[in-house]
Amino acid sequence: MITAARNYMIFIRRCTRIAFVGDWRYYAWMGLLTVISLLGLNAYAKQLVHGLIVTGMSDEVSWGVYIANFTFLVGVAAAAVMMVIPVYIYDNEELHDLVIFGELLAVAAIIMCLAFVTVDLGRPDRFWHLIPGIGQLNFPRSMLSWDVIVLNGYLLLNVHICGYLLYCRYQNRKPGKWFYIPFVFTAIIWAVSIHTVTAFLYVGLGGRPFWNASIVGPRFLASAFTAGPAIIILALQIIRHFTNYRITDKALLTLRSIVQVSMIINVFLLVCEVFKEFYSGTTHGVSARYLFVGLHGYHALVPWIWTAITLNLVAMVILVLPVSRSLRWLDVACVLSIVGIWIEKGMGLVIPGFIPTPLGAIVEYVPSLNETLVCLGIWAFGLLCYTIFLRMSVPILQGRIAKSNEGQPEIQGDEPAATPLPDPLPH
Amino acid sequence: MTPTQPTLDDKTSDASMSRRNFLRGAAAFGGLTALAASLAPLRQLEDFSSSEQFLQKYYKELTPDDMTKVISRIEREVQKEYGIRPHVRDLKPMDGVEFVYCLNLTRCIGCRKCVHACVNENNQSRNPEIQYIRVLKMPHGSMDVEKGDHTYEAKSVPEKGFFYMPVQCQQCQNPPCVKVCPVNATWQEKDGITVIDYDWCIGCRYCEAACPYWARRFNFTKPEIPKERLNPNMAYLGNRPRKQGVMEKCHFCIQRTRAGKYPACLEVCPVGARKFGNILDPESEVSYIMREKRVFIQLKEEMGTSPRFFYYFDK
Repeated sequence: MITAARNYMIFIRRCTRIAFVGDWRYYAWMGLLTVISLLGLNAYAKQLVHGLIVTGMSDEVSWGVYIANFTFLVGVAAAAVMMVIPVYIYDNEELHDLVIFGELLAVAAIIMCLAFVTVDLGRPDRFWHLIPGIGQLNFPRSMLSWDVIVLNGYLLLNVHICGYLLYCRYQNRKPGKWFYIPFVFTAIIWAVSIHTVTAFLYVGLGGRPFWNASIVGPRFLASAFTAGPAIIILALQIIRHFTNYRITDKALLTLRSIVQVSMIINVFLLVCEVFKEFYSGTTHGVSARYLFVGLHGYHALVPWIWTAITLNLVAMVILVLPVSRSLRWLDVACVLSIVGIWIEKGMGLVIPGFIPTPLGAIVEYVPSLNETLVCLGIWAFGLLCYTIFLRMSVPILQGRIAKSNEGQPEIQGDEPAATPLPDPLPH
Repeated sequence: MTPTQPTLDDKTSDASMSRRNFLRGAAAFGGLTALAASLAPLRQLEDFSSSEQFLQKYYKELTPDDMTKVISRIEREVQKEYGIRPHVRDLKPMDGVEFVYCLNLTRCIGCRKCVHACVNENNQSRNPEIQYIRVLKMPHGSMDVEKGDHTYEAKSVPEKGFFYMPVQCQQCQNPPCVKVCPVNATWQEKDGITVIDYDWCIGCRYCEAACPYWARRFNFTKPEIPKERLNPNMAYLGNRPRKQGVMEKCHFCIQRTRAGKYPACLEVCPVGARKFGNILDPESEVSYIMREKRVFIQLKEEMGTSPRFFYYFDK
């Protein structure tokens, strides 16, 4: 027991150490992210002092970019399963070793989600009121209490799966099936639940007809399964570029077909929604009118949503055409879909729900500089976390940090990159 | 793959190691300085919890002893900040009482006296000003709030061709705000009033998004009330001064109505458009109105919220 604990401490110590060494590009990147994170922290400190008045939010538009980013990132986190499903259900070998990168992305995304909800709270000092037992979690009535549970649960699940698999690899022993397979399958269902529950946060509000539509849930999932794997496609190529970790084009193209199908479904559901809102002509469509064409001379969101729709449509066309089998076009399509969905899920979903207010007043919303800095800070912090996770996990997966080489000289930052593993023989 | 042993001779290796250590030390020092600098604004933080406040229990879990302590803390804090010793009470709902509000749309002239009386009575922030009542100027013939004008300015009211509809918390029998609150910081009392524990609210604003009547207000910054305007007659679940970052809303003037008085908005109304009382008492004015008037309107009835706030017409 004591030896096991001691071994684990050595593992943790070596992982921590590696996070602080790298070549100059690594230091530059981490330095940049740290600076942006600190700027965000500074902006948040100001918000704590003066209150949410330093944001662009008001009683009329009471949620803004914080909740918008939160919503988008829940989708990114949920999408990690789109790599897990092919591997564990369809035994896709190409993706097998890459699952962990997807799950680490999920962990980083959930950390960002939790940060975004926390900065949105008026009284973050009272967070403990949410903890069952000492606080008063309104479960199961409040969808927000469901969200607290599913998000934290998903974080724990993924931390466990990644941590366990990496530690087994470090010790060069085969992972015990019972220690992770049940968790993997739970995580698959759980991933769908985090995004569904987040959608239900909005859907459950009868007083907001723009959100009170059953299509919101399916649209959330479709857009998540587009943007999430798109981010993973880009991340995998970055890993491949900087670490010589073997990632095949075939794996990337498997993910492409996921993005492709999800994007088509996403656009289809958008068409369904737009049709319902506009053709029926009821007064409930008034928020959608504000979003797409403007209302009584107010149209702050119109350029945003049409940019998003254009990006999504172009991305869909590229994804459907065979050109996207070339990585360069696939990358373009991924970037377009990520930006498109970020706008659509964020500004396009959260803000119009508040405009007009339930009493018919129109007050527009523009994020303030301070609010934007907080958002950038959280994004930078999330990327910082993800970079650290990758910096730790890649050498472990490559066997360069392992139990067998404990006590030997550690990897220094400026050593030549490891030679790539030979490509496997063609089948 | 195992890493190769260092081949550099010891001297160079030492020099490079110490240079590296120096750089790391410098980076760590710089990082900590930057962290401290970025947290510097927190030095101005004053409105945040004292430990007494931070650890305060949920309203429904406070024993009478706890409540006495909490009330004396609040009185102390108010005195320190405003120089006035308030009288804070924890008024409980009365047995056999369910409050109902009736508003006569034929009479209301849109003078907004109720709006301001409410602000004065309930110690709302004056800067930025928080108002619980919003009066809509509506074109004749429509109950569609989308057609209402929120910001009307007129030399004299009422204007021809319009009627006026004040909207405040509708004290729903089935309140969406209560359902969505993740920490039970808002609930419906047995006299029908939906209240907020300002010391328990975490400020997520989910209730504000859920309310179909736009009745809830958030303290986006520290409320500002001029000392001479503070109303010292306070209730724990009512008009005691709020903190930054919590929700508030109309509570039917709990500090008055649970002590047998009328709400401030009713008392100030110059045309008698507002009626308030106990619907369980058949002799009350509201019971009479509900029996005798032909049409009532519950705003947005289709929401299923079943408001205790009724609009009616005389003719």
